[in-house]
This record gives sequence, structure tokens and C-alpha cells, in this order.
Amino acid sequence: MSEMLARLGAGWILAVRHLGRSLLLLLRILEGVDELLRRPRLLVEQLFSVGVLTVLIIAVSGLFVGMVLSLQGYYILSQFAAESALGVMVAASLLRELGPVVTALLFAGRAGSALTAEIGLMKATEQLSGLEMMAVDPVRRVLTPRFVAGFIAMPLLAALFSALGVLGGWFVGVGLLGVDDGTWWVQMQARIDWNEDLSNGVIKSLVFGFVCTWIAVFQGHNSVPTSAGVSRATTRTVVHSSLAVLGLDFVLTALMFK
Amino acid sequence: MAQEQEVPIADSRPLGEPVLVKIRGLHFSRGDRKIFDGVDIDIPRGRVTAIMGPSGTGKTTLLKLIGGQLAPDRGTIEVDGLNVHALGRRGLYRLRMRMGMLFQSGALLTDLDVFENVAYPLREHTRLSESMLRKLVLLKLEAVGLRGARHLKPTELSGGMARRVALARAMALDPMMIMYDEPFTGQDPISMGVLVKLIRQLNDAARLTSILVSHDVAETCAIADLVYVISGGRVIESGPPEQLRESGSEWTRQFMQGLPDGPVPFHYPAPALEADLLGAAV
Repeated sequence: MSEMLARLGAGWILAVRHLGRSLLLLLRILEGVDELLRRPRLLVEQLFSVGVLTVLIIAVSGLFVGMVLSLQGYYILSQFAAESALGVMVAASLLRELGPVVTALLFAGRAGSALTAEIGLMKATEQLSGLEMMAVDPVRRVLTPRFVAGFIAMPLLAALFSALGVLGGWFVGVGLLGVDDGTWWVQMQARIDWNEDLSNGVIKSLVFGFVCTWIAVFQGHNSVPTSAGVSRATTRTVVHSSLAVLGLDFVLTALMFK
Repeated sequence: MAQEQEVPIADSRPLGEPVLVKIRGLHFSRGDRKIFDGVDIDIPRGRVTAIMGPSGTGKTTLLKLIGGQLAPDRGTIEVDGLNVHALGRRGLYRLRMRMGMLFQSGALLTDLDVFENVAYPLREHTRLSESMLRKLVLLKLEAVGLRGARHLKPTELSGGMARRVALARAMALDPMMIMYDEPFTGQDPISMGVLVKLIRQLNDAARLTSILVSHDVAETCAIADLVYVISGGRVIESGPPEQLRESGSEWTRQFMQGLPDGPVPFHYPAPALEADLLGAAV
């Protein structure tokens, strides 16, 4: 019993220590943001790597999620003769929940894991130490551009996901299931609210972008510099980011949609 | 709070002080394991000083302590009169601009080619025109014999070539000293010969101070002016290579001659073999 308590205590201490270290790292990352004003090229390169290279998976997923949403929604709404609300249902689901959440989960799997692996390998191959010994701060030069790029890319990717989801839903709802085209768009325009739906979705994706990229760069920077260590850190990035996104989504939803 | 020391950008060499790096009472531990237990070392200016000892004695750790990447538990490390661990981040980075380090792996930036790797510190710390920067980089690469390899990526280089590129990069800012971390490990005889010659030649031609960490006795003794042998967290012996070869210390003799058994036992501590085989040992 006492051994179990000791293990539990040790686990908590380790978790608190990691949290403290990740907070200190975050502060150092944010301190370096001015570097990006002097060298915007660093940010542009990372926006390409973190954002543009993630577009394909986000676009395809958005399209299919919208199509499935439309299909399922139609079967349910048609039981109440409410097919005309299909467009609103698809758009609201995407803007409020699925857009930010699924984008963040996909981002953690595609871009977050890549960030962790890249930073972890730079550490394992002494590239970060090499930068330090060249009097170049690796946090400002390597971590800050990646963190800011992730933060900027996430809401843009979520917007793309939602837009393509609406188009996918329209294709199934209007094109295949026969919902009236005019009703689809008019209902959506009338019922989707700028603050309630759009802005809240953007806030969610900004929060998810911040957290997912923070976890990814911390795990990379904190990884054990071996192949097994980098592999474990990459796995942790995906698991921790996914759990953080789901947990935060609940909290944010509860706060936003009272 | 102690006032931060002023760190000069230019080299402040000769001026009477013959010691560039002065280590006093250095203590350093990792967890429960004591790496250094009161080490005193003087690295003279303009010389090649070797730090030797068996694997795991903390030779690389010593370089990281000198470079300020690690902080000692106790003791001081002064480089060119500056207490490394009393410097703030800016001061430390200014000091590092006058130090070069050759990592065991080369530590080249894998997404840049050879030219850009050597150009990197110059782009970071100087405002040279592109044509001047190109000339400087080509001269540095010429010094290590790799001017023709400037378009290659680090993944296309052999281990020896990667270290030579890293050496060119370490020299890019004309530092006052270069630290070499196991430069000969895993090299074929030709690469090893090239590196041995380069380290000595560059040290003399550029009036550098070199700190060479290695356990390759023959190669290191061929170019070192002074050797420190460390083990068990302490300096066992120091002096010119010829003096160490004639040393009366059993430990030094075992290390310098590569004897399999001696003060450093062949066997890791264990219960008696009979007890182990018959199952009596716990």
C-alpha cells in the first residue's frame, strides 16, 4: 500500500516537474517572438512545413466528414420532415465542434508528431548543442518559429476543414439526396451566427493550436536523445495533444454555449 | 545580484596571461554519480592540450562545462579571465562566439548543404556582403580540403568529411580556441591521419588554443603538447606525452599502453564465479 502511494506521489511530482519545465520553455519561446520580426523567413518556412504540408489530409478529411454528416443528418431529420434544416445542422456541427476538434486531432497526428520528431532528432544528433556553441539560441531559432507557425496554421486549417465539410455536405444533401439548394444556403445564412458559431470555433482552434504546438515542441525538446527516446516523445505528443484537445473542447464548449 | 562581467568580442590574447582556461576545484555529479571530484586543470594558450581517460570518465562533460552548456556543482571555470558560469546568457553567447567546438557527430545542420553550414555562424553574427562571405567560406573549406564538396548535403558526406566540415564551421568566426570532442572515433586510418594533421596545423597557423578530448592514445599523443589523464573524477596525471609514457603510475601505464588488466580491472565487480555458478550468490 505504502509502495503504491509512493509510486503515485513520485508520478505526481514528475508530472508537476514536467509542467513547470514546459511552462518555463513556453516563456522562453514567447520571449523569442521578436526574432521573427527580424527574420520573417524563419516563420514562412515553418508555415509551409507545419501548415501547407498538412492541407491535403485536412481537405480530404473535411470533405468526407461533411459528406457523412449530411448523410446521417438527412436520415434523422427526414423522420421529422425537417430536411430543410440539414444545411444548418452540417454547418453548425462543423463550425462549432468538428472543424476545430478534428483538425486539431489530425494536426497533432501529422504536424505535431513531425515537429517532435524533428526537434528530438536535432537534439539526438547534437544539432541543438551545435547551435548553442555557435552562440545561436536554439529556442529562438528552432522552437519559436515552429510554435508560432502552429498557432497561426491551426485556425486556417480548421477554416479549410469546415469550408470543405460544408461543400461535401452540400454535395450529398443537395446533389444526391435532393434537399433544395436555395433552402440549404438560405437557412444556413439565416441561422449561423457570427459570434455564437464562427467566432467561438475560431477561438477553439486558436486554443488548440497553442496547446498542440506547445506540447509538440516541448516533447521534442525534452526527449531522451536516442532513437527510442524520440519515438516515445512522438507518441506522447499525439496522445497528450489528443487528450488535451478533447478535455479543453469540453471546457470551452461549457463556457461558450451556456 | 552580481554584476555581469564585460565580455570582449575580440580576442584578448597574449598580454602575459599564459593560461586560457583555468579550472579550479570542479565538482559535478549526475544524479548520485560523481563525475568530477575536485578537478584542477590549466589549458595554456596556443597549445594543443589533450584530456584523456577511459570511456565514461566525463571528458565530453568537461567540454560542456567549459562551454557553459552545463553548470558545475562547485568550483570555477575561467575562460580568458571570465568566469563562465557567472555570465548571463548574453555574456555567455558573446564568449561562445570566440570558442569553436567540434562535436563527435559533427552536428551539422542536416537541411543545409556544406557551404551553408560553414556560412551559418557568419550569417548569424556578421553583416558581411554575400561576395565576402562566399570568399571566407571557400577559404575555410579550402583549409580542410573540402572546397569541392561545398554543394553536398551532410547525408552525402563520410564521417571524416563531416568532421572536417564541422571543423571549418568551428573556425568560421576565427575563434581563440577550439574544443574537439573525440575527433578520431570511428575514423578510417586515412581520415584519422587527415584529422590529426589538420588539428595541429590549424592550431599553429591560426594561433589557436586547442582542447582535444580523446581516448585514442597514439593519435592524440602525436599532436598534443600537454596531456591530462582523468579517471574516477580526478586528474590522475598530467604532463607532456613523453613524460606520461615514462610514468611510474600503474594506472597511467595501463591507460597509455592499453593493457587489459590493472588498476582498472578487466572484470566488473561481481561475486565469486563459483558462488554465481552454483547459485549461492544472491
